[in-house]
Amino acid sequence: MKQELTCIVCPLGCALTVEIENGEVTEVSGNTCKRGADYARQECVRPMRVLTTTAMTEDGRVIPVRTDSAVPKETLFDCMAEVNRVKLHLPIKRGSVIIKHIAGTDADLIASKDIERGI
Amino acid sequence: MNREQIDLIIVGGGPAGLAAAVAAYDSGVRDMLVLERDVNTGGILQQCIHNGFGLHRFGKELTGPEYAWEYERMAAERNIPIRCGTTVLNVSPDKVVTAVNSDGVSRIEAKAVVLAMGCRERSRGALNIPGSRPSGIFTAGTAQKYVNCMGYLPGREVVILGSGDIGLIMARRMTLEGAKVKAVCEIMPYSGGLARNIRQCLDDFDIPLKLRHTVTAVHGRERLTGVTISETDEYRRPIPGTEEYISCDTLLLSVGLIPENELSKGAGISLDPITGGAVVDEKRQTSCPGIFACGNVLHVHDLVDFVSEEAALAGKSAAEYISGGLDEGAPLDLKPDGKIRYTIPQRIASRDEDVKVYFRVDNIYKNVKIKVINGDKTIFAKKLAAAAPGEMESLTLTGAQLAECGDAKLEFVLEAG
Ligand code: SF4
Repeated sequence: MKQELTCIVCPLGCALTVEIENGEVTEVSGNTCKRGADYARQECVRPMRVLTTTAMTEDGRVIPVRTDSAVPKETLFDCMAEVNRVKLHLPIKRGSVIIKHIAGTDADLIASKDIERGI
Repeated sequence: MNREQIDLIIVGGGPAGLAAAVAAYDSGVRDMLVLERDVNTGGILQQCIHNGFGLHRFGKELTGPEYAWEYERMAAERNIPIRCGTTVLNVSPDKVVTAVNSDGVSRIEAKAVVLAMGCRERSRGALNIPGSRPSGIFTAGTAQKYVNCMGYLPGREVVILGSGDIGLIMARRMTLEGAKVKAVCEIMPYSGGLARNIRQCLDDFDIPLKLRHTVTAVHGRERLTGVTISETDEYRRPIPGTEEYISCDTLLLSVGLIPENELSKGAGISLDPITGGAVVDEKRQTSCPGIFACGNVLHVHDLVDFVSEEAALAGKSAAEYISGGLDEGAPLDLKPDGKIRYTIPQRIASRDEDVKVYFRVDNIYKNVKIKVINGDKTIFAKKLAAAAPGEMESLTLTGAQLAECGDAKLEFVLEAG
């Protein structure tokens, strides 16, 4: 069985064709680089996405946050529910962990930006 | 009024302005100032909290604020002075910059100026959608600022007009925050956004992309209650009888970006009607000697990585100009054929070095050849398996190829094959 995919790893967005036999990826074509093949194999088994969103600070502002690696696509809304429960103590340093193993995944939620107390 | 003299002024502290400042510093300029209208630097990157930036420039995937931070750090390490909260009112052809902030108005005489003001979103007024004037209609970028910087969700049921990248990114963003995005309408037969964004922002969340569709009416008095969408024909005209009503409380417009060139016009700089930005040479110098332009104020880029690259070139060129001027040989004018909509640069002033030319096509093409013709000689030809308006292409003309040009015109032609 053939399946068409768009590689999302870089902005080139190569159109990939994946050959699947008995639930296993046997061939990937259309990729410009190796990361495309890796992506296609993963995408056909379990799609993974990096989550980027915002979290609330204790003084009612928002700060950009992201997961430090991709999480299974089907957990995105569970991750969002967890982020939306936090109120962050300030100050926060870019890269510091906000939620460890968010929604039970292998990824940590980290801050994308420094934010000081009360400006 | 304060009066100052300075070597270099950079107008704008977004990704282009900061990269230009860093490059100018590294080329020896010390006496410089970056003027930024907003309260902090980083420009539009601060609200682009999604990832996907920096793969070319830093070899890793960063979010917008992280990409901005890399440049803020470089500028800070070099002690580059930045004045935020400062709006430039005027740049004169002889490079006197008039700016205003809470301390008052200042006039600064500069030896060189880099214009890095970025771009602005096309708004509803520029689109002429009939209907009343309810609240709930935003440009996608405004909604992005509300959600990502201020923590407000502007609506619950959303239709997005235009499939540019900001529209696609906002479709995902609003969905993650609990809104229902009912449709993304695109008047063209193809999306203006990156393929990866169609996949990860629309397909991931089963959001329908309606190609050849536009919004033909908005409904509601106080607040938007719905929109009418229609299919469009090949001339982008709505087809009668195809109207469909979609109830929604929010309409986001992602219908294009316009370089913000009021200051350039004031300085009498020649603008390219296609890009909406200045006409520049390969050093990114405008028609006004000593005034350079880079980033989205010059032409709208797909990737910030290319903005940084172009801005670094402009910053370095400004440094060369300050320390003794740029050589100008016999200039070449670049003439795109229309299928190639525009080239950057539009002019090549010196023929000693290799020049990378960026261009954008007007439609989706497969298996085409781009030719660069001077007089009756083809000095360069390259095959392209695919080209699309959404993706900027480039080619490099070598100094040797440029040196053999007898005619002052370089034609850029797209052919089948
Ligand atoms: S295959 Fe490689 S080059 Fe193509 S989109 Fe994926 S990562 Fe980018």
